[in-house]
Amino acid sequence: MSRTLSAPVTVAFDYTRSTGPVVGRFLSGLRDGVVVGGRTSTGQVVVPPLEFDPVTHEATTEFVEVSSVGTVTSWTWVPEPVKDQPFDRPFAFALVTLDGADVPLLHALDVASPAEVTTGMRVRVRWAAERVGHINDIACFEPLAPGETEASAPAAAGDEPVTGVVTRVSLDYQYAASPEESLFYRGLNEGRIMGQRCPTCQKVYVPPRSACPSDGTPTVEEVELSQTGTITTFCVVNVPFLGQKITPPYVSAYVLLDGADIAVLHLILGVPADEVRMGMRVKAVWKPEDEWAYSLENIDHFAPTGEPDADFDTYKHHL
Amino acid sequence: MGKQPAAIIGVGQTHHRAKREDVSMAGLCREAIDRALIDANLTLDDIDAIVVGKAPDLFEGVMMPELFLAEALGAAGKPLLRVHTAGSVGGSTAIVASSLVQAGVHKRVLTVAYEKQSESNAMWALSVPLPFNMPVHAGAGGYFAPHVRSYIRRSQAPTHVGAIVAAKDRNNALKNPYAHLHNEGTTVESVLASQMLWDPIRYDETCPSSDGACALVIVDEDTAKSSPNPAWIHGTVMRSEATTAAERDQVNPQAGRDAAAALWKQAGITSPIDEIDAAEIYVPFSWFEPMWLENLGFAAEGEGWRLTEAGETAMTGRIPVNCSGGVLSSNPIGASGMLRFGEAALQVRGAAGEHQVDGARKALGHAYGGGSQFFAMWVVGADKPSN
Repeated sequence: MSRTLSAPVTVAFDYTRSTGPVVGRFLSGLRDGVVVGGRTSTGQVVVPPLEFDPVTHEATTEFVEVSSVGTVTSWTWVPEPVKDQPFDRPFAFALVTLDGADVPLLHALDVASPAEVTTGMRVRVRWAAERVGHINDIACFEPLAPGETEASAPAAAGDEPVTGVVTRVSLDYQYAASPEESLFYRGLNEGRIMGQRCPTCQKVYVPPRSACPSDGTPTVEEVELSQTGTITTFCVVNVPFLGQKITPPYVSAYVLLDGADIAVLHLILGVPADEVRMGMRVKAVWKPEDEWAYSLENIDHFAPTGEPDADFDTYKHHL
Repeated sequence: MGKQPAAIIGVGQTHHRAKREDVSMAGLCREAIDRALIDANLTLDDIDAIVVGKAPDLFEGVMMPELFLAEALGAAGKPLLRVHTAGSVGGSTAIVASSLVQAGVHKRVLTVAYEKQSESNAMWALSVPLPFNMPVHAGAGGYFAPHVRSYIRRSQAPTHVGAIVAAKDRNNALKNPYAHLHNEGTTVESVLASQMLWDPIRYDETCPSSDGACALVIVDEDTAKSSPNPAWIHGTVMRSEATTAAERDQVNPQAGRDAAAALWKQAGITSPIDEIDAAEIYVPFSWFEPMWLENLGFAAEGEGWRLTEAGETAMTGRIPVNCSGGVLSSNPIGASGMLRFGEAALQVRGAAGEHQVDGARKALGHAYGGGSQFFAMWVVGADKPSN
C-alpha cells in the first residue's frame, strides 16, 4: 500500500474574456475572413495588433488589413500532439510573416512530415468552416502551391464587433495527501478520527499536519479523538453558488472534538438551522459503512447530543 | 545610509463596475496607470520600475499575467515585479514599490493592482472541492461569517452594528464617482431587511464583485519637490501568520495587532484615534470595521463597535473610516488594498473630492488577505516625516 493517498481533481472554468477594442478588432476581422494587423509608431505592421505601442505606450489605433498568404520564418515539428492542440496527428508550429506584415504570427501548419516544411516556404490561411471571432477561425496554415492564391473565406457569421471570447480552461491534477493526512483519511475509512500531538506545544491537531504550524516541530504521536465535540462558531449558508455540493440552507460549523486543540469544519444536521448555537454539543453521524471511502465525507454530518451546552469559557480561546 | 523619504505623487483608479466588458485586462490597468501618471505629471518614460499585484490567478484563469501585460504596463526595458498576498496584495504591492524608493534603488516607481472579476467567478474559485475533504466551504463569506459570529459573541455587540457600517459606507460611496455601488437611500433598516446570505452576514453587508484597477506613482524626495501635494510615507508594515495554528485568534489576529503596533511606532504615533485623521480599512464584510478598529488599536478589545454605533467612524466622526465607500462599495479584489492605500494618500493630499475629510494631515491605508493571515498597512502624511 502506498504511504500516501492521492486522487484526481479537475479544475475547469469557462472564462469570459473582454477583448478590448484592439484585440476585438483583430478577432472581428478573423470572423469576417480578413487578417488585421496594427501599425506601430515606428511603422511596423504587427499581427495580431499590439494593444499598446511598445515605444510611445499609446493605444494602437491604426489598423491594416494584410494578406492571408505569407512566408514561414521559423518552425518546429510536433511529433506527438497532446490534448487540445490544433491537430491529433503530427504537425508543425510555424512563425508566419503574412504579406503586408513585418513580424510573424504563430500558428499550426498542416503538413504530413517535417520534410515538407522549410523556412522561406509560402503558406496560406486555411479558414475554419465556421468563424466566430476567435484565433481558431484560422484553422491552420497550409502550403501554397505555385500559382495558388489566397483561400476563399466562407461568409461571416455576424456583423457586430467582437468584444469577448470564452476561453475554457481545464486543468487535471493528481491531488496528493501528505502522509499525515493519509493517516487521517485511512482512519476515517475505519470509522476513526485520527489526530497528532505536537511534541513541543502538546497541541492535538486534527487533521494532523506534517509539522506543527506554531513551532514547526514534526508531529508523530498519533491520537484517536472522541467523536463528540462542541460547536465553537458557525454560519448558515443561504447562498447558492456554482459548483456547490450541498443544497442551501445548511449550517457550516467549526466542531472542536473532545481532546483536540483545533476545530474541524463540518455540516450540522438533525436540528433546525436557527436552533444551532455556539457551545452546542454534537456527535459524528457516519454514513453506512458500505459507503465509506478515504474521506471526511464518511462522516455525513454532526448532530446534537442533547447534552447541556458547553460553557463559553471552555472554548472561547478557539474563536 | 538610512531609509530614504518617499512620497505618493500620483493616484489613479478606474471606474469600478461589475463588468468592464469595454476593456481588456491590459486596458483596465492602463486606465488606472494613465490617470496616476497625469496626476503625477509624469509619463511612462519617466518611470524606473513597475510593481504589479493581483489576487489568485484562478480569478481570471491567466497564469502569471505579468508576462503578457509587461508591454502594456510600460515595463519593456525596465524591472517588473509581481507581488501576491491574496486579498491584501494591493497593499503589499504598494509597500514593495515604496521600499524600492526608500532603499534608494529607484527614484520613480509605478505600481498597479487589478482584478477583472467578471472574467470568472471568485466564489467558485475559492470553493473548488478537494478530494477526501468535506465540501462545506462557501467562498469568502462562508469563511468569514463564523468569525463575525465569534466577534459578536465576544464583544456582546448589538446585532445592528454591521448594518450601521454598511449604510455608512454605501452613503459615502455616493460621494465617490469611481465607486462601483451607488445605492441611493441605503439605511440601517434597508440593510437589516436585505437577505441573509451567510448568517450572520446579510446581502447588503457584503462587498460587490468588481472589475477595477488602481495605480500609484511613488517617488523620491527630489522628484516629490515637483508635486504641489505629495503624500509622504510615514510607515509601512507587513505581517503574516499561520492560517491553521491551534487556538489562533481569528477575530483579533496576532499578526494584525503586531503590524499595527509596529506601524504606529514607525510613524511616531502614540494615540492612533487622536492622530489619524482618516482611515481606509479593508472591510469586505461590514462587521470587519469594528473588528479591525480593535485590531489596529483605535479601540480597546471588545469596544470597536461602540465607535461605530456612536457615529465616530462617519466622515464627521473622531476617526472617519472608508470615506471612499470602501471595499463594501467597490471590490476589484487585487486592487482593493491599493485603493485603500491610494485613498489614504488622496486624503492627506487634499485631493479626495467630495469625500475629503477637512484638513486631513495623517491617514491610514490597510489591507488584509487570505484567512486573515496577511496584513499590509501604511501611514501617509501631508508633511515630510521628521524621522
